[in-house]
Amino acid sequence: MLSMKSVSKSYQHRGKTITALYDVTLAIPKGDFVAIVGPSGSGKSTFLLMFGGMLSPASGSVQVDGQSLYDMNSEQRAVVRREKIGFVFQTFNLVPYLTALENVQIPLFLADLSEEEQKIRAAALLERVGLGDRIDHKPSELSIGQQQRVALARMLANDPPIILADEPTGNLDPENAESIQEFLKEANDEGRTVVMVTHDMRAAQVARRTLRLVDGKILNGTHN
Amino acid sequence: MKLKTFVWREIFERKNQLVTSFVAILLGISVIVAVKNITFYSEKAVARELDALGANILILPKSASLQDYYGADMQEEEFPEEYVTSLAMSDIQGLDNISPKLSVPVELGGKQFTLTGILPTNEFQAKAAWQGAGIFSRPENCGTVEVPGILAAPTKETLVRERVISTLEEDEALVGADVGATLGVKEGDSLTLLGKDFSIIAVLPATGTVDDSRVFAHLHTVQPLAGKGSVLNAIEILGCCNEISKGLVQKINSLLPDAKVVTITQIVDTQVKTNQMMAKLSLLFLAIIVLVGGASIANYMYSNVFERRKEIGTLMALGAGSRVVLKMFLLKALALGIAGGIAGYVLGTVIAVIFGPRIAGVIVLPMASLALWALGVAVAISLLASYFPARQAARLDPATALQEM
Ligand SMILES: Nc1ncnc2c1ncn2[C@@H]1O[C@H](COP(=O)(O)OP(=O)(O)OP(=O)(O)O)[C@@H](O)[C@H]1O
Ligand SMILES: [Mg+2]
Repeated sequence: MLSMKSVSKSYQHRGKTITALYDVTLAIPKGDFVAIVGPSGSGKSTFLLMFGGMLSPASGSVQVDGQSLYDMNSEQRAVVRREKIGFVFQTFNLVPYLTALENVQIPLFLADLSEEEQKIRAAALLERVGLGDRIDHKPSELSIGQQQRVALARMLANDPPIILADEPTGNLDPENAESIQEFLKEANDEGRTVVMVTHDMRAAQVARRTLRLVDGKILNGTHN
Repeated sequence: MKLKTFVWREIFERKNQLVTSFVAILLGISVIVAVKNITFYSEKAVARELDALGANILILPKSASLQDYYGADMQEEEFPEEYVTSLAMSDIQGLDNISPKLSVPVELGGKQFTLTGILPTNEFQAKAAWQGAGIFSRPENCGTVEVPGILAAPTKETLVRERVISTLEEDEALVGADVGATLGVKEGDSLTLLGKDFSIIAVLPATGTVDDSRVFAHLHTVQPLAGKGSVLNAIEILGCCNEISKGLVQKINSLLPDAKVVTITQIVDTQVKTNQMMAKLSLLFLAIIVLVGGASIANYMYSNVFERRKEIGTLMALGAGSRVVLKMFLLKALALGIAGGIAGYVLGTVIAVIFGPRIAGVIVLPMASLALWALGVAVAISLLASYFPARQAARLDPATALQEM
């Protein structure tokens, strides 16, 4: 369960105050699949980072499973991310000097799993996203679609109950985008809570409901 | 995968950027290692030289003036041979070897030479009391300097000076190179000196000192030949270095107030000064490497952190705490320090071994202790210089790092 209570966030930029989120209150129950849509600059990434424990609100509170994220210290928030949250980014953010397998191993390594276990689990995950024959490739030796699939495998590595995806299909062609959406849907079917930012209305269709963010405010949501 | 894997992969992926820092630390360390290595052997050489002289303390008549060690015993005045007994029977510690000498001028083949009376070691050993005084047993870390690889094998050159003449019959003589050349004599020939026949048991190789124009014979033969009693004009003493610093000279002085007691450190003074300068120089280099090498590493690390902020942000999003990030950069600094230290040691040692003989005129051998030193210094510099950049990485705001893209 994810929730925000009266969360506001603004940035100071060259003396001007830019409001990224304004008085947002919402709850996302366990197992939900929410698509966040809205124009560019409306605060979608800000919203997601805040749930990920990486950006503190100016006011209000953010809770993950009843724990107030920003009452914790940063080490404790890192533990929450490690144990509960899987991130995917628009630009994949694979570590360029590590192989596909090693990239998927990162969360497992951070969770202190043995090397043996890391390898077995990472290989199984890459198999699951259809990259069983590409485990030794570096990101630069993979196609764009394959890179995002490595990122998806990495997202699932620690079996997180919550998935936060920031425009995961933004850089992909429709065919690849569709397979990513399917994959997220699959993850949701397994019981994971998925929050996906997108500006693609078709991508939003796979979600159970869609929330619109405009100028940092949540507008009426729609249920699919 | 371990943290190590991260560090290795990253280093090898971007090794070109590391080169400058690596070279800075490599050169700095190698210069200091080379200077230290050469200095060490140069100091050893001084010590060995002192040792090879056969003595480092001279007892001379009160009026003697000391200009040249090798000619120091050619004095007009004399003192009684009993001084030797006084020394041997005294409780003064650190008298490793005592060699009494009496020198008198002789004319041979129209040239002036010197006849020097010496005592062979068996004469000392015969005197139980002296042996009891521990003259021939050297305390450890005293006296002869052992240099690994260089065997201080007694050569003919050092035969007399290194007191290895164990036996010398009363009619035997050793002649210096000049004497041998002038008279055209060789081993086994005989020689008449002051009316006495001697058989030559060795012609000593040239040393470039007044020793070349000496004839060495038994002290107790020379004394009556010269028409003198039991007198000497010099006693050469090999004193233990430790004891010298503890005031051996003063002790001898108070035992023999009528004699002049001098050390011969003046003779090797210039070399000692060079060594001191080298030691200061290596300190200066150390300061430079700390500044230049440290600045270069810090600069590299800061730009590395800046360049990798997206990666750091991603790792943090995946659950890395600041401690892991800090460790990651410090481990990299450690790797850089170890590599720089080892490479610097190897290069410095090669430089020292090749150029040492040319610069300092000594044979230089690798020193394992310098490897530890180089490693310690390089690692310390690298870690210190990287600490603030690493801390900056650990404190990076993941949101900013991810949003910037
Ligand atoms: N670090 C920052 N400093 C100043 N302003 C910022 C910063 N980060 C975001 N903003 C501003 O906050 C607003 C919300 O940004 P955010 O990245 O959340 O938008 P977004 O909805 O994700 O947009 P996009 O669809 O283009 O990714 C924007 O107007 C942006 O310019
Ligand atoms: Mg965004």
